[in-house]
Amino acid sequence: MELNVSMINSDKSGSPDIQFDQVTKRYGDVVALDNVSLSVERGEFFSFLGPSGCGKTTSLRLIAGFEQPTQGNVQIGGVSVIGVPPHRRPVNMVFQHYALFPHMNVSDNIGYGLRQRSPKPPKSETYRQVDELLEMVQMSGYGKRRIWELSGGQQQRVALARALINKPTVLLLDEPLAALDRKLRRDMQIELQTLQRDVGITFILVTHDQEEALSMSDRICIMREGCVVQMGSPRDLYDQPSNLYVADFVGKSNFITGSVTNINGRYVTVEDANGRTFVGAPSASASGFSVGVAASIAIRPELIVVSSHNSCAVDMATDVALNGRIKNRIFLGEHTEYLIETDGLGDILVLSPKHIESKRGAFEPGEAVALGWKNAAALALEDS
Amino acid sequence: MAMRLYSVAVYLFLYVPIGIIVLFSFNSGRHASSFEGLSVKWYGKALSNPFVLEALTTSLIIALSAALLSSLMGTAAALALQRIRGPLRAMFDGLIYVAIMIPGIVIGIATLIALVTVFDLLNPVLGALWPADAAPPKLSLGYASVIAAHTLFTMSLVIVLIRARIAGMDRALIEASEDLYASPWRTFLQITLPQLFPAILAGFLLSFTFSFDDFIISFFVAGPNTTLPIYVFSSIRRGITPEVNAIGTMVLGASLTLLIIAQVLLRRREGR
Repeated sequence: MELNVSMINSDKSGSPDIQFDQVTKRYGDVVALDNVSLSVERGEFFSFLGPSGCGKTTSLRLIAGFEQPTQGNVQIGGVSVIGVPPHRRPVNMVFQHYALFPHMNVSDNIGYGLRQRSPKPPKSETYRQVDELLEMVQMSGYGKRRIWELSGGQQQRVALARALINKPTVLLLDEPLAALDRKLRRDMQIELQTLQRDVGITFILVTHDQEEALSMSDRICIMREGCVVQMGSPRDLYDQPSNLYVADFVGKSNFITGSVTNINGRYVTVEDANGRTFVGAPSASASGFSVGVAASIAIRPELIVVSSHNSCAVDMATDVALNGRIKNRIFLGEHTEYLIETDGLGDILVLSPKHIESKRGAFEPGEAVALGWKNAAALALEDS
Repeated sequence: MAMRLYSVAVYLFLYVPIGIIVLFSFNSGRHASSFEGLSVKWYGKALSNPFVLEALTTSLIIALSAALLSSLMGTAAALALQRIRGPLRAMFDGLIYVAIMIPGIVIGIATLIALVTVFDLLNPVLGALWPADAAPPKLSLGYASVIAAHTLFTMSLVIVLIRARIAGMDRALIEASEDLYASPWRTFLQITLPQLFPAILAGFLLSFTFSFDDFIISFFVAGPNTTLPIYVFSSIRRGITPEVNAIGTMVLGASLTLLIIAQVLLRRREGR
């Protein structure tokens, strides 16, 4: 007996594509997702970012229907999908290791979704759409190949085409680029972004690679231990992290830890273990400081100025001046990365752009230098 | 060095008698004591002997039926076992291995006693229930009892083979199929079954071989039927003839071929 696959109606315009209302998922005593609420708008490129075990994959599997929430509600297109099995949900997924069917060739893999529909579309229509998809992922002529004859990048494209053929409301991507080498990953990031803009489908990506999330997403949800830590655009997360965890996870940063000694309108003063004080602007998304609590000052490596030994703050036009010694230098093309050993603050990472390097000349390892930054460039953060 | 000699001796002890049987099946002379020249005349003789052909037919019917039943039921059982958890599953797993390890003679005797007891209980009941003017059917040992006993024994092999295949299968394939709108039944037909097929086929071939070669269990429960191994056993009592050697060699060849095919099926990587 053939079941009539009745998809849930997902065309209630105005409602977000995906909505979580206080969703909790427990596996026995383990809480994988703890009271998470969020919504993903139509046409958005949304990423779940976090280390393994943070709940990002669980979130994706709740949307796909492979898991059911212990508590709370999950909606797709404004309709609750609690109890709806995966094959009745208008979403498709690109699996981490692609999960291509090994006993079918490339065309049969891509056309699989169409063949499950009822009524089944005519063969000629299936072929036409498969060819269209093959062309879209630049794999024309590969239809008759077997899966194991393809390279990792080609398998990735087939998985993508297979998941897109049913024109889902939402495309779910579970670490889709993790198995590719660095160069290919970069290319695929750009292709995915272009593809998303072309097809206009909502993409939801799960990744532990912050660079990947930052470069592709419209919005990122940073997770830790089953909770949402911060949600926002890549720029918001980079410039205004809500706490130390986010600042550490997104991009590189130097941290000075201590406790708050003074708060005035614009700045927070933090005293470190050696009794030195540093000033930073509180992050816009921080919840609020009080005197005596643990806090950190974070400075991005590209906002630190390096100068020759004996320069003072006035010479460098900075608010803070420190002495240090170059410990390591890495040439990165557009930038040069220095690791500078300082007295009392440990090693500090500095990113110096090419035009400055070529003007004043590169520093050699072992050389004594001065470094500093403006207070406005420093962020005061709570220790999550 | 001593160990190596020892193992050579063990292998010689195992395989030389088999080699001699194969060799003497091609003996042109009548006597097993001296080799007089190459000939295939005993094969022709064996294959034109009506008793041999009848025994062969019986063996084939039994082996085919037992293999079909055990691969069907074994597959179903393996899939069901995959879904249960905890002590119940551990118990079933244990029982399956016990079934493989129990000596054939124990299965033979136990099945015989069980069947005869049940027949003795049921036959009067059937006789009482049947209308007086017709002769009531009488349950007795025969094809059905051998097939049942062989199925019971070979099914555990099939279950073990398919359980291993399921364990090695990528769970994401099932999820990908569900995700692409296939109902659970269609997922089973289009993904699970093709993935398990090599193991099912291997299970079928192994079951066939075990059933075809089995002497002990058949001897106890075959009733009036003569299978090929039973025929060989009874003709040996009249002296070893080159004809028996020829039959043995043919059975050996067929069994080895099936075993090798099964091994190849099991070794092939998924889907290839």
